[in-house]
Amino acid sequence: MHAAVIVFPGSNCDRDLAVAFERAGAKVSMVWHKDTALPDGVDIIGVPGGFSFGDYLRCGAIAANSPICRSVVAHAEKGGYVLGICNGFQVLTETGLLPGVLLRNANLKYICKPVDLRIDTADSPFTAGYDAGQIITVPIAHHDGNYYADPETLKRLHGDARVAFTYVDNPNGSADDIAGVLSSNRRVLGMMPHPERMAEPLHGGTQGAPMFDSLVAQLANA
Amino acid sequence: MKARVHVMLKSGVLDPQGEAVRHALGQLGFDGVEGVRQGKVIELDLAETDVDTARATVTEMCDKLLANTVIESYSVEIA
Repeated sequence: MHAAVIVFPGSNCDRDLAVAFERAGAKVSMVWHKDTALPDGVDIIGVPGGFSFGDYLRCGAIAANSPICRSVVAHAEKGGYVLGICNGFQVLTETGLLPGVLLRNANLKYICKPVDLRIDTADSPFTAGYDAGQIITVPIAHHDGNYYADPETLKRLHGDARVAFTYVDNPNGSADDIAGVLSSNRRVLGMMPHPERMAEPLHGGTQGAPMFDSLVAQLANA
Repeated sequence: MKARVHVMLKSGVLDPQGEAVRHALGQLGFDGVEGVRQGKVIELDLAETDVDTARATVTEMCDKLLANTVIESYSVEIA
């Protein structure tokens, strides 16, 4: 399984994400934002956390319009897999690959702490390593993680079981406690929490690791 | 030719920063501020000399980058 991790100026979780994919057995290529094409044979693209382009204009907005993001969108539109974490989630909403937007946290504070997440669906290659209803603990670290979508969109997300994760104790004001959402074909996931920071014992826990193990297992057989 | 773009959160979208400003104004003794909405102004210097073309181009810029129309509305002034 071959993963590509995009690196923007201001990305700061790119290497953590690469290590998490590698630990699960993936081959990883790092791809600079000015590149226009992805390496051949990429199965999944990781859009990492950080503060791409200093969050100028809106978080994720400049990155979403960078050359490589046209290839990310094309990859997703062909049915390719994409995982956006934290700033990566913000970038994916700005490209339109995922619905909604991430607003400033309701308490206006940058929040950095472990949170409990409920797995709302195990029906995706990202969450197949968990049980629906299972609670895992994963860190968050963001200032703009307050998920917003209009009521019709929220209804559609719930109706199609596209809410992947919800916060047990909503830290940031997100609509319906939403922490992560899937695309309609379930191959694009955006989430604010950081599973790659809870993927080996030295992190203090491994509850993020099943996401990478399950992706590698499923995409290797695809 | 200059263009000025105003970007505001749509009504109905909670503006936590505007709310914080409202609270701070209250603490300074400014009573009766019933709502604060915070937006941004973007000024552009354009080579274009035709007003209608400039307006159309800036509108396209707003839709593609300057505003996120999921949550924001915008208005364009050409001067």
